Formats: sequence, C-alpha cells, structure tokens
Amino acid sequence: MESYLFPFDSLICMLLGISFTVWFTLLLVFIIVPAILGVSFGIRRLYMNSLIKLFEWATLRMERGAREKNQHLYKPYSNGIIAKEPASLEQEIQEMRRGGAEPEFDMSDIFNFCRRGVESIVDDEVTKRFTAEELESWNLLTRSNYNFHHISTRLTALWGVGVLIRYGFLLPLRVTLAFTGVGLLVVQSSIVGLFPNGRMKNYLSDKVHLMCYRICVRALTAIITYHDSENKPKNGGICVANHTSPIDVIILASDGCYAMVGQVHGGLMGVIQRAMVKACPHIWFERSEVKDRHLVAKRLSDHVADKSKLPILIFPEGTCINNTSVMMFKKGSFEIGCTVYPVAIKYDPRFGDAFWNSSKFGMVNYLLHMMSSWAIVCSVWYLPPMSRMEGEDAVQFANRVKAAIARKGGLADLLWDGGLKRGKVKEVFKEEQQKLYSKVLVGSSEDRSRS
Amino acid sequence: MGSTSSTLLKIPNVEELVQETGFSPAHIIRLYDRFKVLDKEGRGHLCPQDFGAIKELAMNPIRDRIISAFFSPGKETVDFNTFVRILAHFRPVDKDRPKDPNSPEPINSRSNKLKFAFQLYDQDKDGKISRDELLKVLRDMLGMQVTEEQLESIADRTIQEADLDRDDAISFEEFRKSLEKVNIDHKMSIRFLR
Repeated sequence: MESYLFPFDSLICMLLGISFTVWFTLLLVFIIVPAILGVSFGIRRLYMNSLIKLFEWATLRMERGAREKNQHLYKPYSNGIIAKEPASLEQEIQEMRRGGAEPEFDMSDIFNFCRRGVESIVDDEVTKRFTAEELESWNLLTRSNYNFHHISTRLTALWGVGVLIRYGFLLPLRVTLAFTGVGLLVVQSSIVGLFPNGRMKNYLSDKVHLMCYRICVRALTAIITYHDSENKPKNGGICVANHTSPIDVIILASDGCYAMVGQVHGGLMGVIQRAMVKACPHIWFERSEVKDRHLVAKRLSDHVADKSKLPILIFPEGTCINNTSVMMFKKGSFEIGCTVYPVAIKYDPRFGDAFWNSSKFGMVNYLLHMMSSWAIVCSVWYLPPMSRMEGEDAVQFANRVKAAIARKGGLADLLWDGGLKRGKVKEVFKEEQQKLYSKVLVGSSEDRSRS
Repeated sequence: MGSTSSTLLKIPNVEELVQETGFSPAHIIRLYDRFKVLDKEGRGHLCPQDFGAIKELAMNPIRDRIISAFFSPGKETVDFNTFVRILAHFRPVDKDRPKDPNSPEPINSRSNKLKFAFQLYDQDKDGKISRDELLKVLRDMLGMQVTEEQLESIADRTIQEADLDRDDAISFEEFRKSLEKVNIDHKMSIRFLR
C-alpha cells in the first residue's frame, strides 16, 4: 500500500515545490524588483484597460436587458432628486417685494422659508458628500450597483468569476505584498537608522521609503498617473492635498519623499512609526500635544525652517471626504508662513470606491475592501507652489489653495466645514438668513414711519 | 435604489401611496433612498433628531416648525409612508386633473398647501392664529434683528388687515382669503425631477 502512495506523494510535493518557486519568481521579477528600481512593465495599465472594456460591455448588456423587459434602468442623478430654486434667499426676498407698492410683512413670506426647509430635507449638499458616490456603470463589485434585475445568466456568471478571482487570487497576493512592504520598511529603516547623520543616510532613507511605498502601491494594484511633476514639493515647504482615504499617503509617498505628521499610535502602527523616525525625521505628536495648537505650530515651523528636512505632508480637510468635492481647509497649516505645494488627488470611481467612511467601517475592514477591489485608479496633479500674499490672512490663503485644488481635480469647491460630518452648524448661519429677511421688512417700515 | 421591483416590494402599501400622493414609483424609490440616508441607525422611522442632523435645515429660521409638521401630535416618530405623504404637499398642482367630485382632494391641492402653511403658524392647533402665535413666528423669522415694538406693530398691522370677524385672531378662512392673490403653487412647490 505504501509503495502506491509514496510516488504519488512525492509527485505532489514536487509539483507544489515547483509552483511555489515559479510563483515566487514571478512575484519577485514582476513586482518587487520593479518596485525597488522604480520602473514599470505596464502590466497594470493593460489590466486597467481590459477592465474598462469589460465594464462597458457589462453595462451595455444590462441596458439591453432592461429595454427588452421594458423597464427603466435606474440612472442615478448626480444632481439630486429635485431641481432647487437657483435664486438665493436674498434674491427671492427682493422678488417678493417687487409686486407690491409698499413692502410689508405678508403671511405668505413664510412659504419661502418653508419651501427651502423642505427642499433641504429632500436633498441637501452636505449629507451627499459623505456617502459613497453613486455610479453610472456597473463595476462588477456590486457594492454600489442597483440594477440586478437586468442581469442575464452570462453576466451573473461573469460576476461570480470576478468574485473568485478577487477573493481567491488577488486578495492573498495583495496581502502578501502588503506584509512584505511593511516588513521591509520596518527592517530597512531601522538599519538605516544605525548610520551616522549625513548625506549617505538621507540618500538611503529616501531609497528605502520609496521602495517600500512602491511595493504597497502594487499591493493595492493602484494605477496612478502623475501630472506636472515639475511642481513636486521641495524641502522647506508644506504639501497639502485633499483627503479621501488613508491610501492618499501611500500614493503621494511613492512618488516623492515627505515628512509625515500624525498622532502616535500603539500596536503595529506604532512600530512602523518608530522605525520610520529612525531613518529620517517625521513629526509624531503625543495625543496630549495635539490639543496645544501653539506647540503643533512651533514643531511644524521648526521642521520647515530646517532646509535639510523633507517637505511636510498635511491633509487640511481634517477628515475623509467622498472625493466629489473639497471641503473647508483648516487654517493651521496655512499660518506657518512657508511655501505651500498644493496637490489634487482624484480617484476614478469606476474601479472601486476609495472613500473611507470612518463612521461606517473600521480601518481593517476598509483595507480588506480595498484589497479585494479590482484596482484603484487615480490621478495626481502637482500644482505650482503658492505663498501667502500681502494682506491675506490664513483663512483667505487656505480658501485660495482649496479653490485651486478643486479646480484642478474637477471637484466641487464647497464652503462647508468637513467637521460638519460630526459637529453642529453654527448659529451664525441662521442669523444670516434672519438678517436678510429683516433688512427687507424693517428697512421698509422705517420709511413708512418717516413718511 | 434597487431595481424598481425589488425595492418597491420593501415599501408597504406602495400602490396606495402612489394613488394618494401622485408621486411616480420612481419618485417613491428616490424618496425611500433619501429616507434611508436620513435614518442613519436603520430603525425604519425618523425622529426629530434625524431631521436636526441636516445641516442646511439647521440654518433655516423656522426649522423647528417644519420638523414638527412631519410628526402628528403626540407621536415621536414618522414612518416612510407619512414622510412621503407630507412631502406630497409640495408637488406642483396637477393642472389637468379631472374635477371628480367623488374622489378625495389631492394632497397637493391649493387648499391643502394652505392648510400645511397654516399649521406652521398655528402651533397649538386650535384653528386660529392668535396674536401671540403671530408674534412667535415673526420672532423666529427675524431673530434679534428687530425690536419688540417693531415686531408688535407688524403683528398688529397684519391682524388688522386679515381679521375680518374682529376676534383678534386669524382663522383658516381669513388666512385663505388674505392669500387669494398669491401664487401658492409657485411658492409652495418643489420641482421633482423625472
């Protein structure tokens, strides 16, 4: 009996051994070595183009299916379900008055406020920004598609195959790469930390960081297009970018070297942070220090003043926004008074929703989602550096930078505060409306009493 | 917004809702999605805090009145069907609806729109807008921007003009009469996209 099993056994072992070696070699040659050297075979782009063709085909099939059944395909309106009055409150109130000879309070004035109130119940700008964007085409991810009824057997089979590929093949591959990348980062930056401070150390540290971030980029199958690289941030400046997910850091840091800013964490993050700091100076704050704005500002300015240190990477929105708009920038980083290098990041939503809804998903959950998507495709634009102008205060400067980023990335420029995701609207906005209305009413009754 | 049929199945009494409110099934699905977004904890009904969380609404001077218009007296929650029925007040008037004396008046008729607006004033629901209630509304809409005397004079003038039976309060009929010439349809309608 044994003699039967023995050759079979060794055959299986041999096969396993060979496939493992082949697998590992492929990994090394196609992913890790290019990451180290910073070159690309173009495999990911090919992958991306084929995916696009596939998605388009799937959407066409669904539309055909819908037409056959004489039903309507759900087409999400990116503009909301109602057409809001384009006139502002002020214009509306002025209009109210033009009819009558003498403006005075009318019982119907309440209608305007009422209608606006109900409009915002049905559809408001802010809540929309914090949920994942609805998509036009079906990206085989099923996370945000609603036309299941129009799927033929062929499409369902395709979807099934897609799930198998994503979870059975891509996910383990990516997790392996991620661990490799992070592990290498920790080990290598600790080694570099042993070197004496100087040019050699900086050079090595840059190389180490870049290599590890590139491996992480491949771990997410992120296909990034960098535009205008001549504007890349230089030492002694601050780089600001819009924030959609924690992946933003990896995306930017794989193309340039930055000093990171953040809170000290425990666990694995803490280990990574401590290792990174050995190789080159990053700015990590204790939780207690974060509250002290002067301390924060001082540490940032000290870092910036030292020209041998890397540019700081900051996300002024303070929270993750769903990549359809840019919210109010916190002014802290704009008060420091150095050159600001704005960067716009825009994700292509067809491939996977990169937005991190921190109130819904934890970090690990989110990363798993990301690693089981098809790909993450995004564009990065480096904008020309900006400085604070004469007579401009920090808030105006922040808004100017924000507008530039929004324009370049094709995102809507909103005045709303990203903190609104969690906080309450200030009373001041309500008073503005009251002021507008009262100006029309009371201004007029003063005229009356005079006459 | 799932595919039409699967989402519609989740909503109870959808046929009735369509008949009553005049919304199309597509509209109802959109409103259902919106309802779910507002109902953050997925309880199946909304409470006043869910409305309060809408930032644009928080800016509105008469926010509290609008919110309480959604809740029947004594109830702390509003379910989806009631939500849609209230919103139906804001549908534009159907111009080509046949005048059938037997069918009930549509929710978005001129008269019902006026009734909705009336209840924004008449918070104690006694069928009349007293001078005090009028003052409260004016205070809400004008805030601290005007003095007490100015408010009182505006209130007095308004009651004087509208109050026909001299009982120092404005009944619904008087309210309706004073707004005869106003284009209610335009002011109290929201354009729902197809």
